[in-house]
This record gives sequence, structure tokens and C-alpha cells, in this order.
Amino acid sequence: MKTICFYFQIHQPFRLKRYRFFDIGNDHYYYDDFQNEEIIHRIAEKCYLPANRTILEMIRNSGGKFKVAFSISGVALEQMEIYAPEVIDSFKELAATGNVEFLSETYAHSLSSLGDMEEFKHQIKKQEDKLQTLFGVKPTVFRNTELIYSDDISEVVYEMGYRGMLTEGAKHILGWKSPNYMYASAVQPDLHLLLKNDRFSEDLSDRFTDYSWNEYPLTADKYISWIANTPESEQVINLFMNYEVLGSLHPAESGIFEFFKALPHYAAEKGISFSTPSEIFKLMKPVDTLAVSYPISWVDEEKDCSSWLGNVLQQEAFRKICEMGERVHMCEPRRIRQDWYYLQSSDHFYYMSTKHMGAGGFSPYDSPYEAFINYMNVLSDFIVRVNAQFPEAIENEELNSLLTTIKNQGDEIESLQKELDKLKKKAAAKTKQ
Amino acid sequence: MKALMFGWEFPPHILGGLGTASYGLTKGMALQPDMDITFCIPKPWGDEDQSFLKIIGVDNVPIVWRDVNYDYVKERLGKFMDPQLYFDFRNHIYADFSYRYVNDLGCLEFSGRYPNNLLEEINNYSIVAGVIARTIPCDVIHAHDWLTYPAGIHAKQVTGKPLVIHVHATDYDRSRGNVNPDVYAIEKNGMDNADHIITVSNLTRQTVIEKYHQDPAKVTTVHNAVEPLSPEILAIEDKKGVKDKVITFLGRITMQKGPEYFVEAAAKVLAKAPHARFIMAGNGDMMDQMIRLAASRNISDRFHFTGFMKGKQVYEVLKASDVYVMPSVSEPFGISPLEAMQCGVPSIISKQSGCAEILNYAVKVDYWDIEALADAMYSIITYPALHDFLKVEGKKEVDNIKWEYAGQKVRRIYDMVTGHH
Repeated sequence: MKTICFYFQIHQPFRLKRYRFFDIGNDHYYYDDFQNEEIIHRIAEKCYLPANRTILEMIRNSGGKFKVAFSISGVALEQMEIYAPEVIDSFKELAATGNVEFLSETYAHSLSSLGDMEEFKHQIKKQEDKLQTLFGVKPTVFRNTELIYSDDISEVVYEMGYRGMLTEGAKHILGWKSPNYMYASAVQPDLHLLLKNDRFSEDLSDRFTDYSWNEYPLTADKYISWIANTPESEQVINLFMNYEVLGSLHPAESGIFEFFKALPHYAAEKGISFSTPSEIFKLMKPVDTLAVSYPISWVDEEKDCSSWLGNVLQQEAFRKICEMGERVHMCEPRRIRQDWYYLQSSDHFYYMSTKHMGAGGFSPYDSPYEAFINYMNVLSDFIVRVNAQFPEAIENEELNSLLTTIKNQGDEIESLQKELDKLKKKAAAKTKQ
Repeated sequence: MKALMFGWEFPPHILGGLGTASYGLTKGMALQPDMDITFCIPKPWGDEDQSFLKIIGVDNVPIVWRDVNYDYVKERLGKFMDPQLYFDFRNHIYADFSYRYVNDLGCLEFSGRYPNNLLEEINNYSIVAGVIARTIPCDVIHAHDWLTYPAGIHAKQVTGKPLVIHVHATDYDRSRGNVNPDVYAIEKNGMDNADHIITVSNLTRQTVIEKYHQDPAKVTTVHNAVEPLSPEILAIEDKKGVKDKVITFLGRITMQKGPEYFVEAAAKVLAKAPHARFIMAGNGDMMDQMIRLAASRNISDRFHFTGFMKGKQVYEVLKASDVYVMPSVSEPFGISPLEAMQCGVPSIISKQSGCAEILNYAVKVDYWDIEALADAMYSIITYPALHDFLKVEGKKEVDNIKWEYAGQKVRRIYDMVTGHH
């Protein structure tokens, strides 16, 4: 029996305000609150809320047969909490049905897996905490930013306790193989992988409203019959996409919500079920291993990381934040930690991409240079703040050992103090006697 | 395809961008094997490169019959053209101009510059154009800029061949809107009589359509290009004597070029980055005002005026620069940022300049946005990745902007107006 695995990515970065170089050292607030609020409100209205209602309705009407998975970045959750708490409530409602799975990812939707593994682990933990606090769940399946995956990443993900991970069914990795099976990491065979089915996913995400597509208009009937017609042995169809497909990328008028609502009916007719990733990982066994030496992602035709780290501007900016990581971890102030997360979102690097030059790719900036200039100005101020925490002349290693010494001494003073108190009490008791 | 072109300047003796563009375009067009170009200029110097076209000096074309012998003509005009051509021209004098002031060869005198009696020179140019058009066979007439439009119209009336006019600039660009009615009348008349109008940018195309009321279907944009740098220029070394970062403005210091925005932005950058230096190369009617402005912003020790630069000096300044800035208020095309990029200098250009339409690897800002301009300058001298990226990619980009391609576009317009397909 075939099963469909739906997974939706939800992410919104904290977009930066226009930050000129003369603000460096003077202004430590970096975010365009107006824009961020406006965007969250707009997307919540057009997509998150109606889509959540639709999915809730589908779960109820199908008698609990419809299932989906979400991966919501920590920074997106934070913005929802600030600007649109009703969205959080509606996700809680979905969580209560038991048919919705929340996946783990990096808190900031960051690229840390490509440059700073310590930070990567740290952000996974932070994201787990966030999901626990908000929805009371502990995620068991991992999904990296934009489905970025490589052998190195798989080892760390495994180390973090995950046994299942989602990624892209990139053609240059799969070759003749089909994405409709379960695979395993070549370096860590106990980490199992579900791969995105490119064709079926993009039928919905890219082509649904494309009038020039020869299959337009796409109906649920037709779509399910395509899936049913895949070879008998291909058991799992992974449909991974951005949640904004529902209502934002394709407006409600396009009929996208009605299309989704009709899916469970036609799927049931053809004997196709819906599953969450963790259910599939429990049931199925991998058919083969996949070796991925260079990171892949789900973006563009190349399915690589060139959208974020393709040009020297992006590489420079990314290198700068990776270099900062160690020192930031030694900083206590909450504001610094918070800015640190927000500045790591992959979006900031995407805006600097020169791959398409004006065509395609969403950016709040007029040009990639403006994006780079703005980001670097902000980062310069951030670096000044971090360096102000400790004298710059001290090396990270030395600083770390000093901090450890201070901490140890603090602990020691504390324990000695306790002992002293105890002895004093004893002495006092003795003198009383 | 025989083209008869009317121009005003041709290298090496040039006064502005028009000469450079005329040279580049004709050279690019000459790569087409069946292209035969005759280029008329008011006053040749005899050292123009005639390897790919024929140059006719309008001041060497008789309009009054003089009885002179071959040897005398050869002695007088030998270095400009074939003496036989003089006699061919003499056979095509079409009216009695003996009341005009002419020299011993029956030719009108031209300064070839932009003198005070410019309108008279333009008129004289068009008188001579009648003789040239009657003598030199052509398929299409191509007139560069408003100075030569009357000549183009005259030649069209004489020959009945289609007229293409090439708008390198309009008076709206030169005057920030306060057009000279005489100039406007000549421009408008030229456009009205043209079979097709070529503009150097979409910005200019829009001006031609909106301000000169031309049919959009008749106006096509052909962006300018750049000649590859000669090895001699490439070999110029960076003679910068200081380690400071150098940010350069190069061009006429006039209202059109927006020099005041450069000075104001410089003051902002220096407040944060005291290691920067600024160069304002060129001269113009706003130079004194700019010197005073720099002084009043208290940045004169870091802000240098070089005066007028020509030829190799231009490239010496560029090679010593870390950033090139062109904050033009209105620029039909603006070839100088392309030259800077050829030298590997990252460029910041105003969105109001025509070249912004074809450049991807240059930072673009609104000319009035001093903060954005300052921010871009600061970033290029502070973040090495941005400097290097623009340097490398920018050079790659301009190396692919070739006159050959511009020439092919012009050729397609010729084919269209002459009915050859």
C-alpha cells in the first residue's frame, strides 16, 4: 500500500532595517519591525490561518486518516508569538489531534551545518526546547534548513539522537534511483532518509497556477491517479514544500484549498494512505545508502547551496559569522545571544545572491550589494558589541580557560563557603551546649 | 550597405563622449563585411584612423566653384582626402553660394568645436551636406546628435534615402529641464523627419517619446559599449603614493553630473573612515562652488581637485582609485563607469544614468540619496569581499559589452528602414 508523506516548511526571518555605516557603534537595534509585522500578518491571514483550518477540517473529515508534518523555525515561532499569537494557538489545536508531527531543525533556520557544527548542535537543542515549551512535543525526525544535507551533517544529526531525516531527492545524487523509497546515510547507516519527490512536490509548489503547463488545471483526481500509477514497489511519496504554497504562493482563488480538501477522498479510493515521517521511519527499512560528499538542498535546478554561499560576498559574510561563533558562546548577555540567532538566518545570505540578478528570488533589497552592505554594517556593530565583552587581545582558547578557571574558582568558593557555614553552625551549636 | 554618417567629433581630437561613441560604433559596424561607412566631420585634423571607414572633412568640400588645378588641391587637401574627390564634389555644387564667405578652394570654414556661433556652423554644415549627398552614393543616412540633424534632413531630401538619427543626449539632460528653445526646435525637427530614432538608453528613449512626442515604434535603444583597453593603458601602474583608500569622481563638474552629492557623501564617509581620500577630477562651471563646499565641510585635507584630465591621465587616476563614483543627475548613457570597470575599479553609479540599464556588477543608488551613496563608498573600502567581487565580476561584465553587438543592432535598423531583410 502506498502512502503520502506531507511536510511543510514554515519560516520567516527577522528582516533587517536599513542600517547605515554611521549607525555602527551607535544603534544596536537591527530589525525592521514594521516590515516584519506586516509580512507576518499578511502571511498569517492568507496562508497560516486558513491553511491550518483546512488541514484541521481534513483531519476531522477523513476520520483521522489525513496526516502532515511541519517544521517551523524558532525565529518564525518567535515572530508568531509577538505579532500573531492566534497562529500558535491554531498549531496547538492541530497538535492536539495527534495527526500532526513537528520536526526538528535549526532554531534560526541557519546555515550553521555548513560552517559551525557546534552552533548547529546548539541550535538543534534550542529548537527542541522551543517545541517542547510551545507544543509539548519532543521531535524525533530532523529536517535541516532548506533540506540541506551531506555526509558530514548526517553524522552530527545522528549524534544528536535522531534516526530519521528528510532531504532532497537530488537527481545528481540519485541517478537512476527513485526517491520513493527509504534510504540511509552512507557514513551513518542507522540514520534513515526520506527524499523529496521532486516532480510531485513541484507540481503543487511551482506549477499549480501555471497556465502554460499542459496539465493545467490540476485536479485532485488526476494528481492522485498519477501517484497511484507509480510502480507497485514504490511505497512512499514524499511531498515536501513551503507552507506558503497554500494561499500565499497560490492564492485562495486558484482553488488550492479545495484541491487539498479533495485529496483524502481520492486517495482513499485508490487505497493510498497518509503518514507522518516518524511513522514511516518506524515501519520501513532502507533499500540502499546514499553518499553525499557535497551539500545538497532543495533550491533551484542545481539543488546545491549556491543560492546562499555561491558568491564571494556571501562566503565572506558567512565566514565572518562562523568566526564569531566561539566568542559569542562565551558571552552572557541575552540581547547578544538573541541577535546572534537572528543574524544567522539563511535568508540574509539568500538576499546577497547574484545568481539570478534581478530576475526571480524574493528579496526586500533592490540589489544584492545593498543586501551585503546592510548586513555587513549590522554585523560590524554586532562584532563591536561582542568584542566589548572581553578584551580583544586574549585568544579564544585562553579566554575559555580563564572563564573556566573563574567558574571553577567560583564553584570552589561556593563549596568552601558552604563548608564554612556548616562548620560555623557546628561551632555555634557546640558553644551553645 | 552604404551608410553616410554625419558626426561632429572623431578621435583623437575629441571634446566629449560623442566622439568616443562615434568611433566605437563605426568600428564595431565595420566588422560587418558588406558595411561601407562614410563619416563626415566639420574639421578633420588628418590624423584620424581611416582604416575602417572614410572620413570627409566638411571644411574640405567646395560649395563655390573655384578654378584650381589638381596639384594645388593635392598640396592643400592631400592629407585629408583623395584630391579627385574634391573635383567630384565640385561637380555637384547645387546652388550659388558665392555670397557666403568661402576660402580659396570654395570651402566654408569650421571650428569643429562648440563655438558661440554654433547655430551658424550647424547651418553651414547642412549646406555642405547637400553637396556631399549628391556626390557620395548611399543607402542610408545616419546623423549623430542634434548638431548634425539639419544636415541629415537635407541629405534625406536630396537623396530620398531613409534617415536614422542617433540621440546621444537631449537638451533635457544637459539643462535639467530648462531647455533652450532653439536647440529643442532643431532636435524636434530632426526626430520628426527621421525614419528611425536610435537612443543610447531606455531613459533617453523615454525622454524622446514623452518630451519630443515621438511614436514609440519609431524609437529603438542601442546601448553604447566600450573599446577594449590598449596594452599601453593596461600597463599603466598604480602610482598611488599613499596607503589610503581613494574614491574618485571623474567628469565635468557641472550640474548634470551631480558633484555636490559626491562632496556631501564624502563628508559622511570621512566622519567614520578617516583613512579615505577623495579625488574630483575634471573641471567645469561648478568647480569653485565645490571647492568652497569641501572647505565648509572641513574635509579639504582629504579632498583633492585635479583639474582637467585627458588621455592617459584619466587612466592613471582610475588605476590609483579604489572606487569610482558617477552620481549623475541625468546621464543619457555615461561611458566612464565602464572604463573604470575595465581598469578593475568598482563603480557606484546613479540609477538615473543610462548605463545602469546594462550594468549588473555596479552599485546603483539614487543620485540624491547621499546616505546610500556614502554607505556604498564606505562598504567598498571597508569590506574587501565587496571590493574584490565588484572588481572581478565588473571587469568580466564590461569585457562583454562590445561595440560589435551594438553595431549589429544598428544594422538591423538599417535593414528595416531600407526594406532589406
